Amino acid sequence: MKNLTLKSARLADGTVVDLKIVQGIITEISSNIKSDGDEVDLAKNLLLPGLVDLHTHLREPGKENSETVLTGSKAAVRGGYTALSAMANTSPVADSAGVVEQVQRLGKLAGLCDVFPIGAVTVGLHGEQLAELSAMAHSAANVRIFSDDGKCVSDPLLMRRALEYVKSFGGVIAQHAQEPLLTKNAQMNEGVISGKLGLTGWPAVAETSIIARDILLADQVKSRLHICHLSTRGGVEIVRWAKSQGMSVTAEVTPHHLMLTDDLVESYDPVYKVNPPLRTLDDVQALREGLADGTIDIVATDHAPHADEDKDCEWSAAAFGMIGLETALSVTATAMISTKMMDWNSLAVRMSTKPAHIGGYANHGVIAVGAHANLTAIDTEARWKVNRDESLSKSRNTPFHGQELVGKVMDTFFNGVHVLAHGSLTGNKYE
Amino acid sequence: MNNLLSTKGMTSQSAFEILDTARELARITDGPNKKLPTLRGRTIVNLFFEDSTRTRLSFEAAAKRLSADVINFSAKGSSVSKGESLKDTAQTIEAMGIDAVVLRHPSSGAAQRLAESGWINSKVVNAGDGTHEHPTQALLDAYTIRSHFPDHDRDFSGLHVGIVGDILHSRVARSNAYLLSSLGAKVTMVAPSTLIPIGVDEWPAELSNDLDSVIGDLDAVMMLRVQSERMSDSYFPSEREYARDYGLSENRLNQMKKSAIVMHPGPMNRGLEISAAAADSERSVILEQVANGVVVRMAVLYMLLGGVPIPGAGEIV
Repeated sequence: MKNLTLKSARLADGTVVDLKIVQGIITEISSNIKSDGDEVDLAKNLLLPGLVDLHTHLREPGKENSETVLTGSKAAVRGGYTALSAMANTSPVADSAGVVEQVQRLGKLAGLCDVFPIGAVTVGLHGEQLAELSAMAHSAANVRIFSDDGKCVSDPLLMRRALEYVKSFGGVIAQHAQEPLLTKNAQMNEGVISGKLGLTGWPAVAETSIIARDILLADQVKSRLHICHLSTRGGVEIVRWAKSQGMSVTAEVTPHHLMLTDDLVESYDPVYKVNPPLRTLDDVQALREGLADGTIDIVATDHAPHADEDKDCEWSAAAFGMIGLETALSVTATAMISTKMMDWNSLAVRMSTKPAHIGGYANHGVIAVGAHANLTAIDTEARWKVNRDESLSKSRNTPFHGQELVGKVMDTFFNGVHVLAHGSLTGNKYE
Repeated sequence: MNNLLSTKGMTSQSAFEILDTARELARITDGPNKKLPTLRGRTIVNLFFEDSTRTRLSFEAAAKRLSADVINFSAKGSSVSKGESLKDTAQTIEAMGIDAVVLRHPSSGAAQRLAESGWINSKVVNAGDGTHEHPTQALLDAYTIRSHFPDHDRDFSGLHVGIVGDILHSRVARSNAYLLSSLGAKVTMVAPSTLIPIGVDEWPAELSNDLDSVIGDLDAVMMLRVQSERMSDSYFPSEREYARDYGLSENRLNQMKKSAIVMHPGPMNRGLEISAAAADSERSVILEQVANGVVVRMAVLYMLLGGVPIPGAGEIV
């Protein structure tokens, strides 16, 4: 591996520097480094630690027609990500050491970013019996995040046990907060719009009641809880309260919940069908405020690819979910930085440093001498229009098609390998 | 008129145009020869993904009286049960050469989706989509009310219509609330709070949990069918309690204005939302609603498929 010098990188604090990378490790950060191998001129684009996603659906094994680990990795790199966390709801479910090791192996084979498997909390995501969490934790995949995402661990006793059990290997339970009895057949946010459209409503309390319960449970057993994709004002307020009490909880928000509202459902276009559902403008405002003040720790994509046939149909027949890896940074920048609610430094914390910390991904989240060169460079002034047909994901279900966004990912480096240049894949991979 | 998907946003002018056309068609066909040649050569498909014999028969009768050819498709025993999608089914049927689709579907928004997705080019009539809308039912209800209140022929203001029952799951209630209020009527929806949607305060209607307090003020009362599965889902404790609080009993019937009418979209649960006394009373216009359904649907198909103008019906949209 040749030495690599990055010229004219602008750091989040505004300083412009060069970086020397040797064997995938940053060895020097200073002005005017003389290159002794490959050189990439970053033209004063903003250099951030590579983004880290704690919530990605890669669909492999089982639904390779909508995404594979490889195509998901490509989309990730295009979006500035150097680490993904593959959700467990594959087929077969990632509830055993064998499946998580397979997913991890596929990630290594793709070689574009780190793919960290998330293990299921319960066998088959059925919510009845704990999966072999310790076996997954001690497998080659080294799983630390466990989630039944897509389904809620709704049984309070089982949730308590899971929280207690993962303490012995420093795990965290990522809860999809949705009380199933309150959301039977639910199709969209419960509110004025659902009443008009005749679609079964998804009340905010189905989310807030589980968040409140689990925060109290985690505090009771002194374990770590992570709340997936917060979508309601009430949820933000409960997490804010818990943090003020010093409780150990972290929370994420998706880019689409920072930007979109439930009135889009009036089109009955299933591209807007997602779980948790798009909420009201008031919720969006609360989520933005929560992300800005740190109540919400991180942005996670909930990238959920679906084949055309699962979206090109009537609303109730359609699958829940949106793709998001390629637009996450730009959507977040448009929602948070263009509105002056957050600066790029905080964005780097929410999209890289903090998620890396929660997941225990030691090689990600920092730009420093001695750190792995997992980096992404952003043209912060660029404005670009999303075109779903140019997506590197296998699926096309983005709700942002045709929308203009601010800030574009130009370059991505994975362990020092230049995997994305000027917004296009280079074909290089880390072996 | 390209499609008929909803009564929301329908102006009173276009609603009256449909009602006028229906009245004219009723006049012309009110004899031994009920058939007009206007839609000869046109093909209409009744695409029914949900059982509804009455609505299907009503559309079929309407199409046939206009001399259109009718194809009936019902989900039962069809490829739909084998997993064929709405898109594929609609495209398959359109490939057989049709001009309009009359769609009944259990998914709210299915008609709008079929009309706006670009899947097919045919015109779409919503014959009931999930718990969203049922516009021709509202139009036939408006037609029926109009025929009983000749003083309000061009304006329903001053009329008070009560819609009683399962508002939450009722496409009839939604379509009627929009249409009747747009025609000028005051609409009050009466139901237990469990059967009233969240956010209903933004609807063009008043709300009440107390049928007895409004019944004496109504010019028309529309009783909605209560599905028995609502009880098992705990929307109300028992049929007996529902009937006592929200049923149109003989006692409540007697408290109605002399001129007031009793309506029901059918099929009725006698003894639950409506007593036999009310269903069979002189105030009951339930069978008229059925008859009016045919002429109103004739008008809709006629205006959609642009037959030859008929005298007195005004400009065809």
